[in-house]
Amino acid sequence: MNLELVPMLQQIMLVLASMVLLISFILMDQVRLVAAIHTFAWQGALIAAITTIVAISEGHMHLYFSALLTFTLKALLIPWMLHRQVRKLELDHEKEALEHPVIASMIAVALVIFSYWLVLPIVQQELIFTRNVVAISLAVVLIGFLIMVVRKQAIAQVLGFMSMENGLFLAAVSATSGMPLIIELGVAFDVLVAMVLFGIFFFQIRESIESLDVDRLNHLSESEKE
Amino acid sequence: MNELLITVFTPMAATLILATVRQLKWAGWLNLLASTAAFVASLFLAFRVAKTGPLTAMTFRVDDFNVYLIVLTAFVGMTSAIFSRPYMQYVCETGKINKKGMQLYHSMYQAFMFTMLLALSTDNLGVLWVAVEGATLATVLLVSLYRTAEAIEAAWKYFILCGVGIALALFGTVLVYFAAQHTVADGTAGMTWSVLYTGASKLHPSIMILAFVFLLIGYGTKVGLVPMHQWLPDAHSEGPTPMSAVLSGLLLNVALYAIVRFKMLVDGSLTLSSKPHMAGYLMMGFGLLSFLVAGLFLHRQRDIKRMFSYSSIEHMGLMTFAFGLGGPLATFGALLHMLVHSLTKSAIFVTVGHAAHIAGTQSIDHIRGLIRTQPAVGWALLFGVAAIAGFPPFGIFTSEFLLLTATMESQPWFTLPLLMGLAIAFAGLFRNLHPMVYGTAPKEQQPVQANMIPITVHLLLVLWLGLSIPGFLAVWLNRATELIAGASLL
Repeated sequence: MNLELVPMLQQIMLVLASMVLLISFILMDQVRLVAAIHTFAWQGALIAAITTIVAISEGHMHLYFSALLTFTLKALLIPWMLHRQVRKLELDHEKEALEHPVIASMIAVALVIFSYWLVLPIVQQELIFTRNVVAISLAVVLIGFLIMVVRKQAIAQVLGFMSMENGLFLAAVSATSGMPLIIELGVAFDVLVAMVLFGIFFFQIRESIESLDVDRLNHLSESEKE
Repeated sequence: MNELLITVFTPMAATLILATVRQLKWAGWLNLLASTAAFVASLFLAFRVAKTGPLTAMTFRVDDFNVYLIVLTAFVGMTSAIFSRPYMQYVCETGKINKKGMQLYHSMYQAFMFTMLLALSTDNLGVLWVAVEGATLATVLLVSLYRTAEAIEAAWKYFILCGVGIALALFGTVLVYFAAQHTVADGTAGMTWSVLYTGASKLHPSIMILAFVFLLIGYGTKVGLVPMHQWLPDAHSEGPTPMSAVLSGLLLNVALYAIVRFKMLVDGSLTLSSKPHMAGYLMMGFGLLSFLVAGLFLHRQRDIKRMFSYSSIEHMGLMTFAFGLGGPLATFGALLHMLVHSLTKSAIFVTVGHAAHIAGTQSIDHIRGLIRTQPAVGWALLFGVAAIAGFPPFGIFTSEFLLLTATMESQPWFTLPLLMGLAIAFAGLFRNLHPMVYGTAPKEQQPVQANMIPITVHLLLVLWLGLSIPGFLAVWLNRATELIAGASLL
């Protein structure tokens, strides 16, 4: 695409969106749990910034509200809740190195390429900008999914889950200039409830296996109880 | 309109009330009362829709397709509540859960009913998503209710897998909204199903098919389609039995309902493109795979609830296949199958709850001689399994027969794997069933207080549907078929 033809605001958005993607990579490779939570908070803040820019360029009032909602929820409230749980569970110094960080990163790169390939059918000329952002947000979703696969620690998995939600939000905001307000509120409510439930589960898992390494949750399998 | 509001919002009010009720005795009755109220209101709603046609108001839309699912959902919710009241009291007496757990259980039971009814009656694709995700949130704590290591593991798996799945579904929904923005004049209406449906031919076909892939995988996770089915047997086997009954009987249906709604949109947008049946082929592929794989897995199960949850996957696969096949006959068969499968499967889970209570375990190897210990439960299990395996004269035979006929008409080669799958599943069910029902009972095995009303009612209904489908229901299903497949059967 010819960058000179893209309006200034959209250029800023593209830069911010690619930073969101970069943060997904950092989130995956981040060894220290607390630092990973902070990284996640930055991702939320970036998405809120993107929402604000869309709000400025489109002039929709409800998008300002949506930006505020994202910022409160994704950059402040959820990181704060996770932080509190980490302290309660005494995991402040928890480190979890990936088993094969290089392979994981290569898969993530492949996922980005795959995302671009997947949105190729959206070829209409006027959509060229949206295509980029849709591809990036899809990549963020898929990398979030990858984080949940490669990470064994329950809290790190939740971070992956939440960054998937971030990717979805990015898609909704940039490709369609935000979903109707009522839907956004509903989604935000679901995310918040999910977070509360995750918090309950951390304690339940800890109680049951005395660790948060979900790989050790392996009582149920197809050939059990023979 | 009032009927609709009562149907949908009674469970919501009950959720809030039950969250505060401390007396266990009252909670069970209140739960039943709320479910009954919702069911009665849904009947009035059905009459209204039958008389005056589709009802659209606010963000709701009730047409011939979803009204029968609303009635079915409210009905199974009610009968499961009848079973759940004494059963959960027994569970509470065994000390598996405490009073707080019971309070949570009753409140979340109604919350689940609320999300199901909301998902069915809404016209807004975003609200549909929020409701289906809400159903996960409402049931996840119930799966881990017994707090055993297995239950917590099952709940975590359920939460994570369905969370991921449903996130993909949201991405698909966003893509649909994106496609709509370029055609629908009023942007905010781009999430309204009925608006999208009338303008479906203008939606960008390649975006719609991409969206459908995400939606099929996303909602398909909830339907339990292979390979996204991993959560389903775990959640069913570890959660409380009334929960298994409503999960199998209702949640899977609602997720499939969502997929069919989206398929209608995608079909509309693809009519003029080079591959008009793309969505249908995708559904047929996933459906057939689930059907065959689940049939094979049936043989390996040692836990009775796990076994029947695989049977649910198998039947959901068959329905997905049938909806994918399209055409009036297959669609009619699939709609009927949804109905009879829900009724039969929830009856089976209720029976299994009693059987596990009698034997004191869920392990198939240790449940023996049910007919000798308690004939009612033994026979109910035998009849239930006969019905689910597709024996005549039960309703599932009728719907499976219709589906096979439809397959033979349009895709004759698929009849072969279908018949094979049915035979495999049949063998898998009966080899496990036989010793459980007949075998010699352990000496100390005692009959339990079983509530046979819901089981009897469900099985009789399934029998009735197998012998003769009542005229009004046939007309009803036919109108839904007309809506989905575009042509009427009768």
